[in-house]
Parts: sequence; C-alpha cells; structure tokens
Amino acid sequence: MFELIGIPPQALFGQLLLGLINGAFYAMLSLGLAVIFGMLNVINFTHGAQYMMGAFAAWLLLGILDIPFWVSLVLAPIIVGLFGVVLERLLLKRIYHLDHLYGFLLTFGLALVIEGLFQWKWGSSGAPYPNPIPGGYNLGFMFLPTYRGFVVLAALVICLATWYGIERTKLGAYLRAATENPTLVRAFGINVPRLITLTYGLGVGLAALAGVLAAPIQQVSALMGTNLVLVVFAVVVIGGMGSIMGSIVTGFGLGLIEGLTKVFYPPASNTVIFVVMALVLLIKPAGLFGQTK
Amino acid sequence: MMSPSQRMIVAVAVAVLALAAPWFAYPVFLMTALCFALFACAFNLLLGYAGLMSFGHAMFFGMAGYFYGHVVKAWDMPPELGLLAGVGGAALLGLVTGALAIRRQGIYFAMITLAFAQMVYFFCIQAPFTHGEDGLQGIVRKPLLGGLIPTKDDRVLYYVVLAIFLFGYGAIYRFIHSPFGQVLKAIRDNEQRALSLGYEADRYKLLAFVLSAALAGLAGATKAMVLQFATLTDVSAAMSGEVVLMALVGGLGTIIGPVIGAFIIITMQNYLAATGEFVLVIQGLIFVVIVMAFRKGVVGEFSEWWKRRSEPRAQPKAAD
Repeated sequence: MFELIGIPPQALFGQLLLGLINGAFYAMLSLGLAVIFGMLNVINFTHGAQYMMGAFAAWLLLGILDIPFWVSLVLAPIIVGLFGVVLERLLLKRIYHLDHLYGFLLTFGLALVIEGLFQWKWGSSGAPYPNPIPGGYNLGFMFLPTYRGFVVLAALVICLATWYGIERTKLGAYLRAATENPTLVRAFGINVPRLITLTYGLGVGLAALAGVLAAPIQQVSALMGTNLVLVVFAVVVIGGMGSIMGSIVTGFGLGLIEGLTKVFYPPASNTVIFVVMALVLLIKPAGLFGQTK
Repeated sequence: MMSPSQRMIVAVAVAVLALAAPWFAYPVFLMTALCFALFACAFNLLLGYAGLMSFGHAMFFGMAGYFYGHVVKAWDMPPELGLLAGVGGAALLGLVTGALAIRRQGIYFAMITLAFAQMVYFFCIQAPFTHGEDGLQGIVRKPLLGGLIPTKDDRVLYYVVLAIFLFGYGAIYRFIHSPFGQVLKAIRDNEQRALSLGYEADRYKLLAFVLSAALAGLAGATKAMVLQFATLTDVSAAMSGEVVLMALVGGLGTIIGPVIGAFIIITMQNYLAATGEFVLVIQGLIFVVIVMAFRKGVVGEFSEWWKRRSEPRAQPKAAD
C-alpha cells in the first residue's frame, strides 16, 4: 500500500518515530511553560536555556564526576531546578505585579546571558553524549533504536505524572487554587509565595529533565534550546495554556504532523507548525484547548 | 517640561550636530545607527502607543532588506524602486501577520509575532532569492533620482539617509499627534471603553501594525542600501530582541527614546564586537537591569530628573 504512493514504510515509520520524539520534547517543554505561566503569570523565555542547562549538567556530571546517565536523570533536574529557585527568589518575584511584558523581557535577557556564557565557555559546536542504551529492535516494518523508544515512553510517563500531580493530588489542588485566587488561598494559611517558588523550580526542572533526555540524541551545545523554545511558543499558542492535558496532546500531535510533513513535503517541515498556528488563530483564536479570558 | 527657549536651543543643537556629524564621525556607522533608530521608532509606535509588543519585528526589517536587494541587484532597477519594494513588501507582510496576531492579546501577541518571525526566518534559509546562509551580497550603490545624487560618497549618502530617517520620524510624529493616534492611545489604555465608544479597536490596531511594519521595512531597505548586503541576521529572533532592547533602553512611549536607545546599543556593539559572545551576555544583562530597575529608560528617567530639578519646591513624591 505504501509503495503505491511512492513512500517506503521504513521512511514513513522512521519519520513518524522522529516526529514522536520531537513531539515528546514539545509536550514536556510546553507543559513546563504552561505550569509556570499559570502560577507566575510569566512566560518563561529562559525555558530553552534551562533545557540546555539540563543537557550540560548531565554531560558535565559524566565528564567530570563520571556519574552515569541514570543518576543524572534525577540529579541534573534537581541542580537546574535549584538554579531556577534562586532566579525566582532573586529576580522574578520582584516583577509579578508588573505587566506580563516585563517577565517576558526579563527571562529573555536571562536566556541571552546564560546562553552567551555557555557559548563563551564551551563554544557552540557541541559535544556528543554517549547513548546509555545502544542497540535496537527490528520491528519488521522499521528499525527501532532502544533509546529512542525509551525517550518516547519516558516523556509520556513524565507528562502523565505531571498531569496526575497537578490534577489529582492535594498539592496540585493547592496549586490550582492559588492560580485562581492567591489571596483566598493565603487566608487558609498556605504559604503562596513558597508555592510559587516551588512551581518555578518544578517547571525549570521539567525543562532540564527534557534536556537530559535529549543529550544522547542531540549534540550537547549552548544553543540547542534557542530555536526549540520558539517552536514551543507556537505549540503553546496552538494548544492554549489552559489545560495540562491539552499541552501534552498538542505537543505530541504537532511532532507527528511535523514528521509526516518531512515524509510528504520536506521543504515545509520547518515551517509547518507555524502554518498550523496561523490556521488555529483563524479558526479558534483562543487555542485548541484554551479558554478566552 | 522644558521652556520654549530651552527647547529651541536643544533643537538647534541637535540639528547642527546631525548636519556636521559625518565630518567627525564615521559616516557608515552614523547611517547604520540612523537605520536602527528608525527601526526602533517604528517598533515603539506599536508598543508605546498601541500597547502591542511585537517580538517579531525583524521579519519586516530583514525581509525589506532582501526585497531591496532583489529589486536592485537581480532585477537591476533603480534604488528608489528598491526602497518602495521594501516598504510595500513589509507592509503586506505586516497586514497578513498583523491580522492574525491581533486576534490574541497581551503576551500571546508577543509569542505569535515571534513565531511568525521564526517562520519567515526558516523561509529565508531555504528560499533561493535570499541566497540562504551566504546572504544577498554586493548590492551595488546606484545614484538616486536618475543620477542627480551620487551615492558612492558616504557623506553624500549620509544626508540621504538622514532625510529618510527624518521622513520616517516625522511620519510617526504625525501619526501619534493625529486623531488616529489619540484613538490608538485610548485603545491602549482601555480597550473596552474605546469599543463602547464605537471605535473598532481591531482596525486601529491593524492599521498601527501595518504602519509600524512599513516603517520598519523602510529602515531595513535603507540599511541594505547603505551596507550593500542583506543577511539572515536581520530576520533572526536575536534582531527582534535587539530592537526591543533599543526601545527599552531609550524609554518606551517617548518619541525620542528609541533614537537614543538605538545609538547607545549600536555604539556598544561597535566597541564590543571583538569580544564575541559577550555582546549577547551584556545585552542580556542590560535587559535584566532595565526591567528590574530602570523601566522608564534613559529618556524617561532623564525627564523625571529634569522635572524634579526644575520644581525644587514641589512636594517630594513618596517612593513607590
């Protein structure tokens, strides 16, 4: 059947897998952006830089302390998350009362500083990170590298765990309540500023976790998050930041659309997500899962 | 507020400075700075007076450069037509992206414009007429007005660029002080109220967006004329950020602020060019410092200081 339209199944499924992997990163990153925006009212432009820091943390832990990938998977997000907590305490918390614009500009500036410093120290060419689970499976219609399959599964687990944490646990309930009405939640004796700091740390940690997962697939380089974060913005506009599940579905879905475009019309694969964004703005300006405020 | 005589002195001093500048400063630097100043003013028209922050203005600036280069080099047409193509092309691009972007507000607007600019960037990498990573190079300077104005001499071209800048700046001044500008400010301050008074806010916003895009295009096409090339840098997200920085440093919503901001940033880049990545780090730090401490920018802070100085007996205002 696939040969009929001139596309060998290996190419089709290969690109679909690639799309799924990209989608996994879109989902994890847009999830973090949505969680942070919900609580802090700040669009975290530093997200791409923090994703890059996660990859770098894993790479440095391996190179200097010989710490294996599986430990870094836990350690790196904690380190970068703590860095996020410091940023929030030092800078971000002072601008919540201002227009959203200033948070955007502040985090943009921070991204420039972080990426510039990493580029200065380690250059922009990038370093390889060894694949922790080499090998793969021949599925008949395609070859599945084990690590890539793992990334998709891990991303799904991470996304669903985040969804569960926010929608189904007590802490998540506090978070959602504080998003709706922080004053009232404070009246119940809950330390909202600490909750906000924690949220930012978690969101940043999520970005860093995505970075660690990306390290063995991509080159670890100072600018690996620069373009990614711009695509993730488009994903966020398409999905709307109102719903956690919405971010996950949109992220994976757009990754698949991108993969399919690579099969059928490669020159448009870079731009297809932006075209989808334009269409969504025409048809449903609030985003697929967004509510109009 | 300055008194009329003080204003007069400042105006004459600025005019003399602008006319004499190419004899004691490098003309190409001055021309580049003027192009960026116009670009920043165009950006500020949108943010300062319509309350819309575009984080994708590089697409108009950069694309206009490509349009200029293509018309003048590949089609071998006079530079006036190149400038027109740059302005017209940017305005058209502004019409399409603006019509979509104004469907969302606030921070989404910034993200949408940023995303469209990134789309244009990816398009420019692949499109044949931009020559991808190489850029459009060797756009020869041709004389203007059918040979009346030779442009090979940098100093002559400087006065042309100064005239273009003044035209753009004057146009922005007219917009802001026209009834159109007043409605725009009303929409910025309270869109619901403007709507209830019968103003179709979206049409005003779109018109402001298109005007801003067209003027950014004028700046981009002029820059391509001066430097004789158009490259990917001018359509990149970094360039979009740079123009925000210029307006922010100078002072948002002040008409002269972006000009001063552009000169500060371009001068800084000139001195720091040799340090490579540190230009970015320092620009990032400026963003942070300004957002944290000097949100009014150079002009805003200066006029506050001037006010305090000239009214010493006024009640001191409580710090906020």
